[in-house]
Amino acid sequence: MLRYTLLRVLGAIPTLLLVVVLAFLMVHAAPGGPFDDERVLPVDVAANIQAAYHLDEPLPAQFARYLSGLLHGDLGPSYRYRDYTVAELIRSGFPLSLRLGVLAMALALLVGISSGIVAALRQGSMLDRMVMFFAVTGISIPVFVVAPLLVLLFAVNLQWLPAGWSGASGAAKYILPVITLALPQIAYIARLTRASMIDVLGTDFIRTARAQGLGTKVIIRVHAFKPAIMPVLSYLGPAIAAILTGSVVVEEVFGIPGLGQFFVRGALNRDYTLVLGIVIFYATLIIALNLAVDLLYGVIDPRVRQR
Amino acid sequence: MLPAVKLIRILLFLMVLSGIVACGSSEDASSSSSVLNRGLSAEPESLDAHKARSLQAADVLRDLGEGLVSFTATGELTAGAAESWEVSDDLLTYTFHLRPDAKWSNGDALTAEHFVFAINRLVDPATAAFYAQFLEDVSEMKAIDDHTLQVVLARPTPYLLSLLTHPATFPMHPGSLAKQGENFARPGDLVTNGAYVLTAWIPGSLLTLVRNEHYWNNANTAIDEVRYHILSQETTEYARYRAGELDITSAVPSDNFEEVKRVAGQELHIAPVLNIYYYGYNLTKPPFKDNPELRQALSMAIDRELLVEKVTGRGETPAYSWVPPGVDNYEPTQLSFAALTQEERNQLAQTLYAEAGYSAENPLQLELRYNTGDTHKKIALAIQSMWREVLGFEVVLVNEEFQVLLANIRDKEITQVFRSSWIGDYNDAHTFLNILQSKNAANVSGYASEEYDALLERAAEQVDLSRRRLYLEEAERVMLADYPAIPIYFYVSKHLVKPRVAGWGDNVLDYHYSQHLSLKAEQ
Repeated sequence: MLRYTLLRVLGAIPTLLLVVVLAFLMVHAAPGGPFDDERVLPVDVAANIQAAYHLDEPLPAQFARYLSGLLHGDLGPSYRYRDYTVAELIRSGFPLSLRLGVLAMALALLVGISSGIVAALRQGSMLDRMVMFFAVTGISIPVFVVAPLLVLLFAVNLQWLPAGWSGASGAAKYILPVITLALPQIAYIARLTRASMIDVLGTDFIRTARAQGLGTKVIIRVHAFKPAIMPVLSYLGPAIAAILTGSVVVEEVFGIPGLGQFFVRGALNRDYTLVLGIVIFYATLIIALNLAVDLLYGVIDPRVRQR
Repeated sequence: MLPAVKLIRILLFLMVLSGIVACGSSEDASSSSSVLNRGLSAEPESLDAHKARSLQAADVLRDLGEGLVSFTATGELTAGAAESWEVSDDLLTYTFHLRPDAKWSNGDALTAEHFVFAINRLVDPATAAFYAQFLEDVSEMKAIDDHTLQVVLARPTPYLLSLLTHPATFPMHPGSLAKQGENFARPGDLVTNGAYVLTAWIPGSLLTLVRNEHYWNNANTAIDEVRYHILSQETTEYARYRAGELDITSAVPSDNFEEVKRVAGQELHIAPVLNIYYYGYNLTKPPFKDNPELRQALSMAIDRELLVEKVTGRGETPAYSWVPPGVDNYEPTQLSFAALTQEERNQLAQTLYAEAGYSAENPLQLELRYNTGDTHKKIALAIQSMWREVLGFEVVLVNEEFQVLLANIRDKEITQVFRSSWIGDYNDAHTFLNILQSKNAANVSGYASEEYDALLERAAEQVDLSRRRLYLEEAERVMLADYPAIPIYFYVSKHLVKPRVAGWGDNVLDYHYSQHLSLKAEQ
């Protein structure tokens, strides 16, 4: 087992290295640099700043410098947030993005599954049509439209919730961003659940259960629920991806200082180290999670270890 | 275990994991009337005044620090850390007398030596300061004693006092630099000499400043706490203003300006600023190289009145000069055709276009580059149609990301006509005219005129301000006659200011020190 683990960990290193190389090349291939500005700098000043950040060196030398920093666990200073290091920015941004994502996922599952079940049970009713109407609109209206509308309604007109993030206190500031982020997923999960629940309810074993005199509640809970949410479970992967990408927009619209915002700003400002740092961070996270899953397989299934 | 129960458990676990229960942060949104909430359109890249560059960083730095000289709310020069100063007859030596009671936010006395320390650090290449050459005309700065500072100039620089209001010239606290190293500009560590001190900074979100108890004018500072909310989206900022979460915005959304005007009424502040929106020509390549007729034709065919009225529509003024109106001790020269009607301009433009060798059969092939932005796009489209109607050629619009456009402009290889702008660093015509000097790095058009350079040189030598002014105005006339760029309009500052904010003053530099503001008691 130890050998297997070691092999897998070692196997992850080339993948990570490839990510670093590709990301480095792509970031530097974009035209323009971090210190280009409409207010053009005097030549000496510009040259001096390039030199201070080693941007005047040839690309391979810059890469070697970056890699050696990386091996020492140093992601470097940010070019745009000059008082902060990339590591500090990731440390401050990631917990927020994670919290938003997890909350949105939880909300999407809770509301999506339950409304899907309700709709399936009352198939063709007014309630069902309402749920499906919301599901269709939820999927088709993009996040950058929904967010300002929610803000306009709940923050500007009704003044129930804060319109933005900075300076707002407590949990209330999470409500609109989380709803915005969850909405398309709620819609999708509701549709999935409804369709599969209707399928399941039409099967023979449910009919048998009914014939045995079981009540609807028991049938749903004991017999129908598990097969009905299988498609939802397999949708979790794409859903997480959608929430991750959606959070970039949501963080931008609500002014949330999460990783998504840093990533977008970093790319626009050619903040090479910040963009690279976030890419490497996410890549490491994904590789580590995959590795953990594989290792768990190894624990569960001895045949995997044998290979 | 039943699947439903399992699912609920998972959900509960996720909730706990996400820490929503404990996430109630310590940020206190107390409605105390002495907290001022301001929008800031971009993150300051640094609060080390030597590493800062953007206007937004300067806005915050003007609250934190103070130069020898400062501005009133309406933009008049006033005493800052120096209570008075004398100027020698040759305008080459300034002697500043610091306020004896001036202190740093940690209680240390502010001395003349701290200004000398700061300028030495500013020009040191190791600092890599963006404004390293900002005080290039200063040949010596020395501390005569603790409270007397002498500034010696290489040549008369009538705008020196205006320069000394800029954060790049603020004093620095040597002790905290020695102790903190390059990380001194952090909340809790940053020692400043202005009305406020930095207490918190959440990157991408919020900067919190509180009253500096040691500031010499603390007794006259009304607002206890200033919060700068970093809001890069104009619409988000506007929503937060309407929700009552902001007292002052840094901008106003462009796309529904009519609605904003109607809703905001008196709260909307529009004022001219020293900022020009222009199209540059690449003068180093055809078709614009050695072709002033063509350059003039394109410039004349643009109906600026129509643009500011129908396209930008926020009170901007059409630009017929390079230096904006409102600059001290200066009267901008006008473009040759400024007095003509648009009809007459169009006719003349057609003649010039034909003289340059173009016609309906042989139309000008041209690309116009602009960076991503609603207003930029609308202006480019409008100008495209004006050129089509007046001159009969179809300009190709090329939309580029800002950093890409900047790189292309800098390289002067593929650009032909491009969007640009310039913001005055100080209130003097020099800040606009010098960027068209042949050797200036900011000369993006590649304009090179010996006559123009010579006139600016002559102006720089003048001790008599009115003679200097004549040279500068003549330089602008010479340059405009060469048509090195197309001035389009002069920007305006656009802010929303809640009625409870008192002390707001519009000014051409668009500086709004928090220490000049106060909050009226809520009705």
